[in-house]
Amino acid sequence: MSIDAEPVPGTAAGGTGGASAPPAIALIGIDKRFGTVHANRDVSVDIARGTVHGIVGENGAGKSTLMSILYGFYQADRGEIRVNGQPCRIGRPEDALAAGIGMVHQHFMLVDPFTVLENVLLGREGGARLSGGLADARATLERLAREHALEVDLDTPVGALPVGLQQRVEILKALYRGAEILILDEPTGVLTPQEADHLFHILRSLRDQGRTIVLITHKLREIMAITDAVTVMRRGAVVATVPTAETDRDALAELMVGRKVLLRVDKTPAKPGPVLLDVAGLSVADGRGAARVKEVSFQVRRGEILAIAGVSGNGQSELMAAIAGIRHPTAGRLAIAGRPIARTADAHDTRRLGIAHVPEDRQREGLVTSFEANECAILGYHDDPAYNGPVLMHHRAIVADCVAKMQDYDVRPCNAHLPGGNFSGGNQQKLIVAREIERDPDLLIVGQPTRGVDIGAIEFIHQRLIALRDRGKAILLVSVELDEVMSLADRILVMFDGRIVGEIAAADADERTLGLMMAGIAPEAPPPGRPPAPLAKSA
Amino acid sequence: MDLFLSLIQLLDSSLRLATPLVLAALAGLYCERAGIVDIGLEGKMLGAAFAAATTAYLTGSVWAGLVAGIAASVVLALLHGFACITHRGNQVVSGVAINTLVMGLTPVLGHAWFREGGQTPALSNGTPFAGVQLPYVPVDRDAAMALIVQQDPDLRTLRQLTNRLEAGDADLAARIDALLVAPTPVISWIMAGLQGFANGTVDFVTATRFTPIELPLAETLAPVPILGPVYGELISGHNILVYAAVALVPLTAWVLYRTRFGLRLRAVGENPAAVDTAGISVARMRYQAVIVTGILCGIAGAYLSTAHNAAFVRDMTAGKGYLALAALIFAKWRPVPVLLTCLLFGFLEAMEARLQGVSVPLIGEVPVQLIQAMPYILTVVLLAGFIGRAVAPKASGIPYVKER
Repeated sequence: MSIDAEPVPGTAAGGTGGASAPPAIALIGIDKRFGTVHANRDVSVDIARGTVHGIVGENGAGKSTLMSILYGFYQADRGEIRVNGQPCRIGRPEDALAAGIGMVHQHFMLVDPFTVLENVLLGREGGARLSGGLADARATLERLAREHALEVDLDTPVGALPVGLQQRVEILKALYRGAEILILDEPTGVLTPQEADHLFHILRSLRDQGRTIVLITHKLREIMAITDAVTVMRRGAVVATVPTAETDRDALAELMVGRKVLLRVDKTPAKPGPVLLDVAGLSVADGRGAARVKEVSFQVRRGEILAIAGVSGNGQSELMAAIAGIRHPTAGRLAIAGRPIARTADAHDTRRLGIAHVPEDRQREGLVTSFEANECAILGYHDDPAYNGPVLMHHRAIVADCVAKMQDYDVRPCNAHLPGGNFSGGNQQKLIVAREIERDPDLLIVGQPTRGVDIGAIEFIHQRLIALRDRGKAILLVSVELDEVMSLADRILVMFDGRIVGEIAAADADERTLGLMMAGIAPEAPPPGRPPAPLAKSA
Repeated sequence: MDLFLSLIQLLDSSLRLATPLVLAALAGLYCERAGIVDIGLEGKMLGAAFAAATTAYLTGSVWAGLVAGIAASVVLALLHGFACITHRGNQVVSGVAINTLVMGLTPVLGHAWFREGGQTPALSNGTPFAGVQLPYVPVDRDAAMALIVQQDPDLRTLRQLTNRLEAGDADLAARIDALLVAPTPVISWIMAGLQGFANGTVDFVTATRFTPIELPLAETLAPVPILGPVYGELISGHNILVYAAVALVPLTAWVLYRTRFGLRLRAVGENPAAVDTAGISVARMRYQAVIVTGILCGIAGAYLSTAHNAAFVRDMTAGKGYLALAALIFAKWRPVPVLLTCLLFGFLEAMEARLQGVSVPLIGEVPVQLIQAMPYILTVVLLAGFIGRAVAPKASGIPYVKER
């Protein structure tokens, strides 16, 4: 495969980029609209060769669009891309690959039933028959894996690999295609802190070899940890590009949001009341009958926020679904305020018992994207006499109710007739949180409350959750964001492989301890009054 | 031994009945592996059957018929592709539309052209074309004389020729001798084959329908017990399309698992976004798959009207396209299980013909309708109960849209 577009000088020479060398990538005046949405406004960024360059911004700030333009997924309406100083027209992903640009997408671009080797080979087969290409690819990949600590079994189907390894496959794919410039889109969203550290180790090793890394993220911790320079984007435009050494998290957050923000949630110590939710020996199976939650026991008290941390896919979703009545447990007991919840209770029954639920996946479970906001705002409570008459629904009351909630929770735009899917992630989430909190539940189950939500809305949602707690309600929080878990919760349980590995008070928690627990390693001293965490069985 | 022979015959007709299913199911395999659901196998087969029979009748060549059948089927496949790939339409709706269109169009055209109630005229086993004499083909003296009579306008009959030879016509004798020259065995053998092809003395070339081919040694092996009848009755004596269908199974497996085309085809049916980001055009891959489907459906249709039967009859596919789809799901989209499943379905259909009117011990005479329904009942039961979950290619039926 030859480079058909512009020549890429220096890729072979492997220069690490002195002061005079042109930037590896220069984006000049990139402008892009999708209909009425102005996704990128006159964006100009220089990315120096041999550096790790961060691009931060809230959801919808235009980071991903910009990178998709660089990778040839979209065409810019205006603007120019230069690779190593040479103007380069990137119309399709092939052009980007030919110019030495590789991308690791947020949602992996992998074919699950294919082996690692086949996935890497796709698009670079090296001939009409596979046999020759397979042998070459195996040799090359084994060399790359050794050089960069990217070991992965080449003959395993990708779908059977944990996400951390799937990500390695994506990186290997890019390197196999000769990428000198590697773009990573939100790479740590699915990783434990330890896995993320390993990823950073790989990225540093690649940088030290003269490759250029572009890291798109919304996590400021990562920007500070690994990047050499950082570009901040807000509402489609570049706000600033600064060397990382000359800035800090608070300054970046302010640039991202456009005003001062509190990264740490302000809250008073919890005043735990009597036990509200009692979970005893609960086991839950997934749709295929595989056990996902295994004999889990814990209690949630009034006036506290109990967080369940863990890498996604370790049973948290099924646990939430069982408590919310969406999935029936296979064993164990559930009780709320001393009253047992029937095993066959459905979501309607649990709502009547005072349990409200903000689902993890707001697009699929939280609302119906094609429904108007006012309809979304009564989902699950539609048979309330306030909304539902004998024949017709009380449309006017529903709309008025929705408008009140939207004003109270600062949902923008404040239009009760706009379809749910047309709101941004943060505003969708605020609408759902409003719907559930305003029913004044005793127990609120919240899954990933701030996933894909902008910083301003995160702050707002966190404050509302704390306020609910301070009214003496119980909150069960499930989140994969450690920052969120540590700042919001009063107590933290960590789940691994369907079991609770251990419990830790939020005040004592740090990232390292939690990270080890998330990988299934119990803390040295088991919390008093509990049996040691079942380690050997889960391994 | 009688039982053995009738079993062989049963298997023999199973193979014939399974052939269109194998071809259609492989056709479906290519496009479904690429993520395009094709309910329209039925319509494409029917269209191809009509085009093949009509063309074979009008041109007198079954091969021209086959080409026409494939062309008709590919046109329909491209129509499906245009609706589903270019315009991201609903694949099931497009397939059903094609089926309905062809089901109505073929009898209308057939009636307009042939006035036989929507059928095409019966196809004969063939009349040879006029003779062509290629060089280097060894001929005996009689054949050489016959050829000269045929070619020379001055000579009307063989008698005239012999008369002139007897009268001492040296020129004529030299012409006959020239024809008798046969320089090298290999060239003669090849040229003889070509000539047979051109003249229609090799019967499957110019017949208006595909006729059975006797494999070599069938006669020789006939007296051998077991092997003789198996080879002579079951393996030998089918038309070329039956062998082609069987050969296409390993070929498809090889293409699917051992070639670049196959890798990309499977990938585009599982995760088109991965293919797109690897710098491969999703639309192009899917169009290629749909064209292969068209070709195979075309062969299946031509088989029905010019090999298995000797004319096009309205609705002659009779649900075979749907049965092929069922076989494809049953076989979990894999080539070798497709062959086995189609053979099973073919066997059931063959049983149907044999069991009609036969009194089964304990049960008595089985109603014809029940026997006719057997393949379908079995399909439903087996699909529901025995093969477990059939996991379709993940992107099957979903139009590819680049997400924003």
